[in-house]
Amino acid sequence: MRGVHLARGRAGAVLRGLDLEIATGETLALVGRSGAGKSTLLKLINGLIVPDRGSVIVEGRDTRDWNPFALRRRIGYVLQEIGLFPHMSVARNVGVVPRLLRWDAARTTARVAEMLTLVGLPPETYADRSALELSGGQRQRVGVARALAADPPILLMDEPFGALDPVTRAELHREFRRIQSAMRKTVVIVTHDMAEAFALAGRVGVLDEGVIAQIDAPRELAKSTDARVRPLLEPLFEARAFMP
Amino acid sequence: MRLVAFLAAHRAEFVALLLQHIVLVGVSTTAAIALGVPIGVLAARRPRLGAPVVWIANVVQTIPSLAMFGFLLPLPFVGGLGARVAIVVLVLYALLPIIRTTVAGVRGVDRVLVEAASALGMTPRQLLWQVELPLALPSMVAGIRVAAVIGVGTATIAAAVGAGGLGEYIFRGLSMVEPTVILAGAVPAALLALTVDGALLLAERALRAGRSRAPALAVAAAMLLGMAGVAVVPLLRAGARGDVVRVGSKNFTEQILLGEIVAQRLERVTGLTVERRLNLGGTFICDRALRSGDIDVYVEYTGTADTAVFKNPVNTDPATVLERVRQRYADGGLTLLPPLGFENTFAILVRADDARRLGLTTIEDVARLSTSWQAGFGYEFLQRADGYPGLSQKYGLQFAGPPKAMDLSLIYRALSQRQVDLIAGDATSGLIQAYDLAMLQDSRHYFPPYDAVPVARRAMLLRHPAAREALEGLAGRITIADMRRMNHAVDAERQDPAAVARDFLAQLERNRPSKG
Repeated sequence: MRGVHLARGRAGAVLRGLDLEIATGETLALVGRSGAGKSTLLKLINGLIVPDRGSVIVEGRDTRDWNPFALRRRIGYVLQEIGLFPHMSVARNVGVVPRLLRWDAARTTARVAEMLTLVGLPPETYADRSALELSGGQRQRVGVARALAADPPILLMDEPFGALDPVTRAELHREFRRIQSAMRKTVVIVTHDMAEAFALAGRVGVLDEGVIAQIDAPRELAKSTDARVRPLLEPLFEARAFMP
Repeated sequence: MRLVAFLAAHRAEFVALLLQHIVLVGVSTTAAIALGVPIGVLAARRPRLGAPVVWIANVVQTIPSLAMFGFLLPLPFVGGLGARVAIVVLVLYALLPIIRTTVAGVRGVDRVLVEAASALGMTPRQLLWQVELPLALPSMVAGIRVAAVIGVGTATIAAAVGAGGLGEYIFRGLSMVEPTVILAGAVPAALLALTVDGALLLAERALRAGRSRAPALAVAAAMLLGMAGVAVVPLLRAGARGDVVRVGSKNFTEQILLGEIVAQRLERVTGLTVERRLNLGGTFICDRALRSGDIDVYVEYTGTADTAVFKNPVNTDPATVLERVRQRYADGGLTLLPPLGFENTFAILVRADDARRLGLTTIEDVARLSTSWQAGFGYEFLQRADGYPGLSQKYGLQFAGPPKAMDLSLIYRALSQRQVDLIAGDATSGLIQAYDLAMLQDSRHYFPPYDAVPVARRAMLLRHPAAREALEGLAGRITIADMRRMNHAVDAERQDPAAVARDFLAQLERNRPSKG
């Protein structure tokens, strides 16, 4: 993959001539207020939305030229609400995309077990459970396993840990870093929480008024004097001020 | 307990009717699922397209079922007597609940799940089959449940168009004024409805609880069984089509007796296989059934044929009427066989004690009293040219209010219980004696002749000359006294019409008239 190119312009002017390049294997976090167009940007990447003007290039090909279903099966997607299918077991949820890709049953089963192990849910305990019986943190782990099941080169995460309590979230952050160091996917995480972005990403982009205000490594971004970036950093400094 | 005794005595017939009922409901519900689910899915996905469909289904639901049968009977393809039209009606009624719950089920699927499924790369079809339909299934089963229960109820009315089922007992019981027979249809139908409701409720609960796929498989199996029914029934019917003679009758005791007499006569003399389609709605339904080939023969009355079927002006001369009716039937490929020997004219009836007390012997005598009286007539009598409109003119009858329209089966009882003071009934009715009623003379000769006479399809008579001979052998053999006695045996003594007909034919054959 050569990196995702950019979207320019969109109905309701959610994104206004936005340019963005994402390198293969990097973890990029996109931060911004609610309504800044973060989720829209993810949907542009997997072809759920097509730009009005400009173009989105995935693996060297415009999303308009991709078969949208083939494209989406190459891109893992984790939603904040997770969206586990309540009528399927944990194993069947994780195996959705392999089945869509018509993997044979044995390969799917093996892969599902591997994925559940990877996200810390022993398959012998969890595979046959209903998605409804899991805690919030467990559900999100299953969501990640499902997104990774078909070994997609790209992973999109939309506020993946937003609905979790701080302890569980910190735990999943550690898990994510462990998984990512093993897998080296191209990951785009959308969040409104700068701390989460700093904790997970190699580069952080601030989205404001439909354009990228600034994009940089966390260390550099923290020094930003941009009026559009500072407010998002404030909570970090405030928290630090109370530390001994 | 009489109900149990009745069912035990009619075991074979009861089982056949029950099976017919189940097949009617099973086939129609299955067909409604096959139609309703795709419509519901379409309506859920394309509301602009779906809304009118749901609206139409809504309107259909408000049509009373008996009216729906009447409406569909004359239509080509769907119309005609028997299971076909009944299934069409049942499907129409079953559609709405199934469409509605499918729409609700599919629309009720969480938006997040739809978004997740799309983001994972499901095509719209995969989304439908793997996510939307499984999640909508409990809701759909709830709709199927409602549809099946409505179907069990509505199917009882299907007996009016000769589709069989438990409604046969209900209609038979109504015309015999025999509660036990009504209950023999109504109680099993109610139990069947409860069973269907309970079974599908269990399936629905199991599905809502989720997880196990076994209940879903059970539901699928049930649907498949219904499907198999769809396949088997036409085969059975097709197999039966060949050399069967179908005997019809209208929906009152005398007609059922005459239908039995004709049917048994054919069986005894010719050995042909006879199918009974007794208890059909009325003159118009029988005539239509005869012309469409759904029945081969039934007994009509000359005056009824003349005015009600052929819309001729009323004529009171028996020979004239017989000849012109014969001619008109012949034009339609139908043959009028020789009259059976008795006449069932309309009888204007009052309570016998009223007649004695007020000295009433003719209809003229009533004219002076009628302004304070309430009259009750059958639906046909109220409509027909040779019915109430002409009668009131001829005799200058003016009643206290507009005559009450009631079912023939209830009219005698209504008179005896003083709900009405004067009715039009049948001159041969056994209930005249049973309820102690008096018949007033038609002194001004208003009513045309009503000689009972079998009408048959010419094609059937040509194919089976023995059948013609057998029916001609009944010429002049049934007197009005015979008919009243048989009606009384059924209406008042609660005897089985088939048994009464059998006894009569046995006696007839013992007293065989000398040939020549």
